[in-house]
Amino acid sequence: MPLHKNGVQIEDSWTYLGEEESPTLGDRTILSLDQWKQNREQLLEGNHSYGIVLAPLDEVEELRDDLDRIAVIAVTFPTFANGTGFSQAQLLRRMGFKGELRARGHIIQDQYMYLDRCGFDTLETDKENVVEAWKEALSEMTVFGQPSGDDRQPAYLARHAKGNKAAAE
Amino acid sequence: MYRYDEFDHAFVRQRANQFKGQVARRLSGELTEDEFKPLRLMNGLYLQLHAYMLRVTIPYGTMSSRQLRQLAIIGRKYDKGYGHFTTRQNIQFNWPKLEDVPQILEDLAAVEMHAIQSSGNCIRNVTSDHYAGAIATEVSDPRIHSEVIRQWSSLHPEFSFLPRKFKFAVTGDATDRAAVKFHDIGIIIKKNDAGEVGGEILVGGGMGRTPMIGKTIRDFVPERDLLAYVEAILRVYNLYGRRDNKYKARIKILVHERGIEEIREKVEAEFAQIQGSSLTVPQEELDRIAAYFADPDFEAFDAEALEAINRELEVRKFENRDFAAWMKTNVKPHKQAGYAIADITLKGIGETAGDITSDQMDVVADLTEQFSLDEMRASHEQNLILPHVKQADLFELWSALNSHGLGTPNSGLITDMIVCPGMDYCALATARSIPIGQEISRRFADLERQYDIGGMKIKMSGCINACGHHHAGHIGILGVDRRGEEVYQITLGGSGDETASVGARVGPAFTADEVVDAIETIVNTYLDLRESPEETFLSAYRRVGLDPFKEKLYAAA
Amino acid sequence: MSAKIVTAYHLRDGDAVFLREDTSWSKDVAEAAVVETAEAEAALLETGQADVTRNIVLDVYAVDVEIVDGTPKPTKFRELLRCLGPSNRTDLGKQAA
Repeated sequence: MPLHKNGVQIEDSWTYLGEEESPTLGDRTILSLDQWKQNREQLLEGNHSYGIVLAPLDEVEELRDDLDRIAVIAVTFPTFANGTGFSQAQLLRRMGFKGELRARGHIIQDQYMYLDRCGFDTLETDKENVVEAWKEALSEMTVFGQPSGDDRQPAYLARHAKGNKAAAE
Repeated sequence: MYRYDEFDHAFVRQRANQFKGQVARRLSGELTEDEFKPLRLMNGLYLQLHAYMLRVTIPYGTMSSRQLRQLAIIGRKYDKGYGHFTTRQNIQFNWPKLEDVPQILEDLAAVEMHAIQSSGNCIRNVTSDHYAGAIATEVSDPRIHSEVIRQWSSLHPEFSFLPRKFKFAVTGDATDRAAVKFHDIGIIIKKNDAGEVGGEILVGGGMGRTPMIGKTIRDFVPERDLLAYVEAILRVYNLYGRRDNKYKARIKILVHERGIEEIREKVEAEFAQIQGSSLTVPQEELDRIAAYFADPDFEAFDAEALEAINRELEVRKFENRDFAAWMKTNVKPHKQAGYAIADITLKGIGETAGDITSDQMDVVADLTEQFSLDEMRASHEQNLILPHVKQADLFELWSALNSHGLGTPNSGLITDMIVCPGMDYCALATARSIPIGQEISRRFADLERQYDIGGMKIKMSGCINACGHHHAGHIGILGVDRRGEEVYQITLGGSGDETASVGARVGPAFTADEVVDAIETIVNTYLDLRESPEETFLSAYRRVGLDPFKEKLYAAA
Repeated sequence: MSAKIVTAYHLRDGDAVFLREDTSWSKDVAEAAVVETAEAEAALLETGQADVTRNIVLDVYAVDVEIVDGTPKPTKFRELLRCLGPSNRTDLGKQAA
């Protein structure tokens, strides 16, 4: 699946580990939470670069102690109507995850802004014209009602910040 | 009332524009209906039985004459000359074309209104006490925090694709007119022992298929922390709410299945992480919003003047029975001496509950401007309210209302029913509600009889989703489909106030031909068994239970 | 099987529409094509479905009808209402035309 950052397609050097496969060292694979749990000791021993793919029912808390060793976390949206991944992303960022946060699954243009606001870095999609769509989605709104861990200020702070009066226009 | 600043203006303009783009993408085929549906719903646009339906929010029920006039114009220009006030302080237009909706949203934005999140699996229009700011017993105006929550919840990046819809209600008074215990989150604004303003937070209430009374998750959250606390609840819900079964997806089921203790533990843990973060609403923002809800410029009357006004009113009532009747039920005491709250029930005898023509909207808008310091309210009981009327103006106000079919003297009486649109309009409905409501209204039209029956809330829904709040009706009616026939189940003893209770089903359903007789039997049974005329239907029911009603209803069978 | 017609909603105005013999859509149920076999129903649904893909209509489905005075009349009350309009406002909807 083509990988995009800020709407621009980039090279994806990661592969997802198949269900029956076992991880080999140093091959930049993304493991499911279960696979990771089964191989955690081995992964901790070596100095491997690996990623985790999360499903909506996965508990992000389980990754807390290993976050600084995980390079990529791919959060799955089984359908665009299932927004669990937005909260998983928020929690991961708050827990201090500094690696690549990737969104995968069924995601529509109208969610691009939300991905950006919730701390995602990259997006897997086979849609065309992602650059245009991304640009459009991220420029539609310039006023925000709430903080979301990004640098966009909620209106209740922005309207009281000096010199910010014109920002809304 | 709240006025938009440049931030709010920019927000709704941009949102209207965004939706315009979505409609264009739908019409061009870029978006499939499956993809477009959640997007249109998040902007209040349904596809109903006969046409699209646009639901416009009236946050916490407060409106100005200018806004109501714009709704009247929209009703004429893009619809069929009327609108329908709902049970969640919204107004619905039943006939707009998809292509016209972007323009309607622009017209709404021009008067500081929108349809944002009036549907969809997101945080819905925040509802509140329709007497807020006008009643004497209020601790603090609930609209201040309703507005804070409205802004925070609008286009929330994390909570726009929740397991299911999510409804807030806020009250600032111990007497609950906002049904806070029947909401996903209910907030009761109160003061703690130190005199600080905050809120008691209830969670997991709701109606629908599985009615539940909300449980207190925390007794007091200081007002500066309210957003952090509700964000914690929403995050827990978004992570753990069930998505495997649409009927088990509301937070009430999560609270029920896991228990309030476990949910509280999770919410408190999350709250501890985010308390004091940028979710803390600065005092200057609370002050800014509060200033909009400060008392309007009430005129002061001295004791002598008040006495003269009262004498005059007594004379008017003596001279005009219809005015006296209206005064008796539709006028409520105001916190400011010399003022009153006036209910305009949209429940004319035999009419469709909640419907109002564009011409009537214009009349109410004029009267709002003339007599109510340019402020009016929509209640969840599908009525309108002029909250700030000088007592000295009541007769003139009533005369004007009455001459436009808006002076029905039945506020709180049996003909003041909640009735959902039912199968006459709604794609989800399993039976019609409106014709049954009309028939009940006609059956009990006699005013003396209505007085004898006293305070009575009949609430009717045309399907299990319970938009008509039937679970909270003293008498609840639920229309269902039984092998192709519309039949009606009756529940008794529900209540949406601070003593909230879920109605109990009285027995097998009645056909459309039988149901109004059944209601009459219930009413007559109550009149026979009550201990005194002061014992209301609800009190009597709570004393005697279902059995006496069951006996009378099913005795003959 | 009972007689059936195929209905949908017009995408632009949300109006209830009915598929004609000539594969166009009518707002009047009287003009609907009536089918009486499962094969014919499937074919009619397929024709209707093609217009979903073309973004002309949405929500295509078959409706049971009886033939009254030579025209199809839905047997389910809900579907009958879609052919008429709200029963409390006979001045509105298709019944008003």
